[in-house]
Amino acid sequence: MARSSRPSLPEDLPAGPSAALRRGGAPRGPFSPGFWRSPVRGTPFTSVLGLVLLVGLTVLFLTGLLSYAAYNPGLSPVNDKTPDKGILGFYLFSWPTDPPWLYRLTQGVHVTLGLTLVPVLLVKLWSVAPRLFTLPPVRSVAHALERISLLLLVGGALFEFVTGILNVQLDYLFPGSFYALHFYGAWVFFGAFVVHAVLKTPVALRNLRRLREERKGAGESGEEERDVGGGEGEGDGRDDLAAPEPDPPTVSRRGALGLVGGGSLLLFATSAGRSFDGPLRETAVLTPHGGPEPGTGPNAFQINKTAAYAGIHPAETSEDAWRLVVAGRTGTVRLDRAGLLALPQHSAALPIACVEGWSTSDQWWRGVRLRDLAALVGHDDPVDVFVESLQRRGAFRRAALRANQVGDPRSLLALSVNGEELSPDHGHPARIIVPGAPGVLNTKWVARLTFGDL
Amino acid sequence: MTRFVRSTRFTRYSRPGPRCAAVLGSPPRILLLLCSFALCGYAGVRLLDGDRLLIALWFVGAAVLHDLVLLPLHAAADRALVKGAGRRRGRINHVRVPAALSGLLLLVWFPLITGRVSERYPGATGLSAGSYATRWLILTAVLFAGSAVLFAVRSRGRRRRRERVGDGRPPVDD
Repeated sequence: MARSSRPSLPEDLPAGPSAALRRGGAPRGPFSPGFWRSPVRGTPFTSVLGLVLLVGLTVLFLTGLLSYAAYNPGLSPVNDKTPDKGILGFYLFSWPTDPPWLYRLTQGVHVTLGLTLVPVLLVKLWSVAPRLFTLPPVRSVAHALERISLLLLVGGALFEFVTGILNVQLDYLFPGSFYALHFYGAWVFFGAFVVHAVLKTPVALRNLRRLREERKGAGESGEEERDVGGGEGEGDGRDDLAAPEPDPPTVSRRGALGLVGGGSLLLFATSAGRSFDGPLRETAVLTPHGGPEPGTGPNAFQINKTAAYAGIHPAETSEDAWRLVVAGRTGTVRLDRAGLLALPQHSAALPIACVEGWSTSDQWWRGVRLRDLAALVGHDDPVDVFVESLQRRGAFRRAALRANQVGDPRSLLALSVNGEELSPDHGHPARIIVPGAPGVLNTKWVARLTFGDL
Repeated sequence: MTRFVRSTRFTRYSRPGPRCAAVLGSPPRILLLLCSFALCGYAGVRLLDGDRLLIALWFVGAAVLHDLVLLPLHAAADRALVKGAGRRRGRINHVRVPAALSGLLLLVWFPLITGRVSERYPGATGLSAGSYATRWLILTAVLFAGSAVLFAVRSRGRRRRRERVGDGRPPVDD
């Protein structure tokens, strides 16, 4: 593990398996270097995977932070599932409405890249498995701390991948709110990740540079599985990941990397399509919200929560029963659907993008501008709004939108989509649609809008 | 790193320097790790706010389950495959690769494939969850079939080459 701290205890540095055997009470099982037989293991292999993860996990972390900011958790407690975030929310900013596909892009990248990295992470962990069983288990204080940090790193990475992958499949097995677990878990992981990257990136780069030089020196050699990377060079000698007594190779290192890449490609190819409508979505065969669209007609695009799931009764949304309450500085206005249709109608072509990583292409929404509704109750300047739904269940049955979102001319209280009245599952009688906002902030079955500073 | 440790004041003050530095390890490294623990601790306290024991179990359990169960399992499966192949081990990747890819898909999508969410998923999304197992089986079949076709094409190419060269050497698998 701590390669560079190792020379401080030279007597604990076996020069090879024979050295381990020479010492009294030779280690057995996985603690014996001879236990590890795969000829694929070795620092060059690990270095390649490590560098892929360095870039990939950094992008995952950053897009995750963006997703957190996209909810505008600083605006109102109803948007904030992690109220005790403290300094971890240091970077929060008003989520913009331009470009309107911003969240579609960042969250699509977050989830699809996460899925694509699964094989890389698994094989990277496989490649360093012998280090889990190093002897002695602790060589120094620094080494002990580093091993604790590695537990946080590996536990954190797996925790994040598992919670994320379960959440996109709506399998809420994990012990608590997804938002809190995934957000705080990400920061625990990140703390350990930074240290690991600082300590290991130079080593990985050095390994790859040396590998390239060796290849150049050796000319065109087909014997790739023979270049064990360590052996000579680096101050502290052998490649501690390479098996001292490897089995005969059944696959080259390049072949093994190809398999990892193939796994990534397969996951990518069966997931990425769900960020688009139509034939592309059909290619996302194993992913939630992949495959065919729900139903037919203008309302046949992806649904996050159906009316039945949200507990909406048809009686509450009927022409006679439903009234929209708009409250603001000058009082309260109650509007039925006909009253809303009598107000100036505007159109906007906007996507729906979910935190689960799927999104739709642009849908053609039509309805009343939020800023017109704000003006109706005395707010001529852009102002925040608190939106309440008829929904009985769900973490986001109430949501807050910021003044910049309310003020955008494309932000609508939509009454129809793609030329037809909204279907019950898409929020009939009226729903919010805001450019660039995460799907759950586009509240469906809206019952009340309260304009004013939040 | 080690050279740096020896030249710090720390070793000058504690006489049997190298010994003590050896027990401690690299001070800059320790400092870096402690800084990281500060962040991990700050977030960790918040992470554990709830069902403490269960969340900690999930966090540590993820690593333990992976390292001590999942990894040995797939390593053992692979070893069994290699052993089972015996002298035909050169062709083993035509089984290993589709099996690994199919297993990967099952690992990632098991809630949908096994039908664990077959009630919630259609209720929430208006989509059917029934076809995921079928889709996975079809994909698995396609992977194995593709591998078989590739194998056939390769062995035919090898046979042709051998016939052309006529040296009678056994084929070399990669």
